[in-house]
Amino acid sequence: MLTHSRPAPVAPVAITAFTATTALGAGLQAQHEALVQRRGGLRRNDLPGRPLECWIGRVEGVETVELPAALEGWQSRNHRLAWLGLQQDGFLEAAREAVARHGAARVAVVIGTSTSSIGETEEAYTRLEDGRFPADLARLKVHCPDAASGFVGAATGAAGPTLTVATACSSSAKVFAHAARLMQAGLADAAIVGGVDTLCGSVLYGFNALQLVSAQPCRPFDAARDGLSLGEAAGFALLERQAEPARVRAWLSGYGESSDAYHMSSPHPEGLGARRAMQDALARAGLAPDDIGYLSLHGTATPANDSVEAAAVAALFPPTLHASSTKGWTGHTLGAAGIVESAFALLALEHGLLPGTLNSAVPDPVCGPQIRFDNARADIAHAMNNAFGFGGNNCSLVFSRP
Amino acid sequence: MTTPLTAAIEGIGLWAPGVPSWEAFVGLHRGAAAPEAAPARPAPTLLPPNERRRAPDTVLVALQAAQAACEAAGRDPASLPSVFTSTYGELAITDNMCATLARAPTEVSPTRFHNSVHNAAAGYWTIGTGAMEPATAISAGQASFAMGLVEALAQLEAGAQAVLLVAYDGPAVGPLNDVLDSQGLLGVALVLARPAAGDRLRLSLQPGEATPAAPPAAVAAGNAMAPALVLLEAIAADAAQAVVAAGDGRGLRIGLGHG
Repeated sequence: MLTHSRPAPVAPVAITAFTATTALGAGLQAQHEALVQRRGGLRRNDLPGRPLECWIGRVEGVETVELPAALEGWQSRNHRLAWLGLQQDGFLEAAREAVARHGAARVAVVIGTSTSSIGETEEAYTRLEDGRFPADLARLKVHCPDAASGFVGAATGAAGPTLTVATACSSSAKVFAHAARLMQAGLADAAIVGGVDTLCGSVLYGFNALQLVSAQPCRPFDAARDGLSLGEAAGFALLERQAEPARVRAWLSGYGESSDAYHMSSPHPEGLGARRAMQDALARAGLAPDDIGYLSLHGTATPANDSVEAAAVAALFPPTLHASSTKGWTGHTLGAAGIVESAFALLALEHGLLPGTLNSAVPDPVCGPQIRFDNARADIAHAMNNAFGFGGNNCSLVFSRP
Repeated sequence: MTTPLTAAIEGIGLWAPGVPSWEAFVGLHRGAAAPEAAPARPAPTLLPPNERRRAPDTVLVALQAAQAACEAAGRDPASLPSVFTSTYGELAITDNMCATLARAPTEVSPTRFHNSVHNAAAGYWTIGTGAMEPATAISAGQASFAMGLVEALAQLEAGAQAVLLVAYDGPAVGPLNDVLDSQGLLGVALVLARPAAGDRLRLSLQPGEATPAAPPAAVAAGNAMAPALVLLEAIAADAAQAVVAAGDGRGLRIGLGHG
């Protein structure tokens, strides 16, 4: 194996706004309250036409969200969820103010998704007319991976470098790294980052085919866990190269990315890729493991992910670390998991609420003392978020309080 | 931007139908005949034969180009972070998954599902080469090549010594032809490195926009990643500049020169 030298510390990037919308509700207050009250958002699968025995983290009311007339050509469940998410916590206003402040061409849009608007493409295949897309679906600008970033650009008016990052379940963690690099290279002064993924047949039946879906609400790190629960979510953050201190809500202080180089859908058994992502994120942040007050784990509740991740965490961090998976609350929101759990880490910095792990009772023996099932309160300065995806694609982020 | 972002081009890889290498592309440009008996399907040797048979065509073409670029650069693939960019990913899998979901959803193939992720080529590449370096996978519509190049240059600026950029697309299949436009297979790869004395060839991002040039008509016509060939043709022609599509009719200006 090649020797790997740790990256040098980087200048932190200001986070001036953020938001998340999940099965727990729309916006940060709904997230925070459900985490405090340990009220989960999973329900028995009730997606029309997709009768699979499982629990899902479905966002209430996505179906009735109305897009403004100017965005009508972008109609899809994914974009309705993105639009609902953009309305929360004053995010859309903050994004448009950034566009006005820096100029549209200087605001990048980097959005993570795993399936973009594939739900509408799936629907077209159920309604083919002589082997062709029905006209109402053929006219939409949604049947491609980059629709997710295209929609957010159109909704906010940002016109800088615009791209969709699609590295499966690490997508909307990697958007922070992409945006930090664009700003460091002088290609943007601000970046709207985020992630959106919606429940659809592809992911329900795809994960089912891989035998990774639990029939019960998922139980991350539990000895009896038997798979994940799928969810949907939208979340966004506004990053700025320079911001007056009063506007800084948190810092992105480091990122680490790596590849497992092992298997398309199973993690490296020794968690080498995961460890490297976490170590590189710490190195860029100029922090030591014991500086981290909360670690939001990938924690999908699949047998393989959780044992590998728990062992990697035990090898790197002191027993005092509070680490947990929030997927029992939201389900695994795939390409949106990175931004949702980054928002949870940012909430931990702001409110001192360290979420535990919902639905889980008996820790897997591989879990070290770092893996916590109960909520806790602590005043913390730094939080980390892990997101790992198919193809062995890993990303860890470190956030710090101003 | 004060100083333009600049990189040395250390290696180029290409595969298109009838044009199985960068050398064949340069030959065509200089008026040579197309290579005879060019392979119908890319066959990257870093995949074992059984995986080569099963892997999606876009994965094969991406790996073929990537491997050639690394060999030309004399770089160990495992040492390089990589940027994979594709407008649509593997549309044969999209078509198959959507058709299966419409007909018999529980028959979705687990292998097709994990191959359906946009980072499938990146995954196969890192697994096949043992690269634990970061890999990313992006899509940006008509600007997919331009944004891949921008990300690769930004990675160099952020401290990477060298970066592998892989750009590829495949044909639209079945009903997807109604809503997407891409034909044939195309894979283009560049190994880009921080500029140093003695570089044979460099590219740099130039300020200001220009009208993008049309891709060469003779190679991979109609492929969604054809804008990448604008850069390759400029290199083959010893031109000083290339303007590649950056979406909405805009063009990204790329200066070319010797180190």
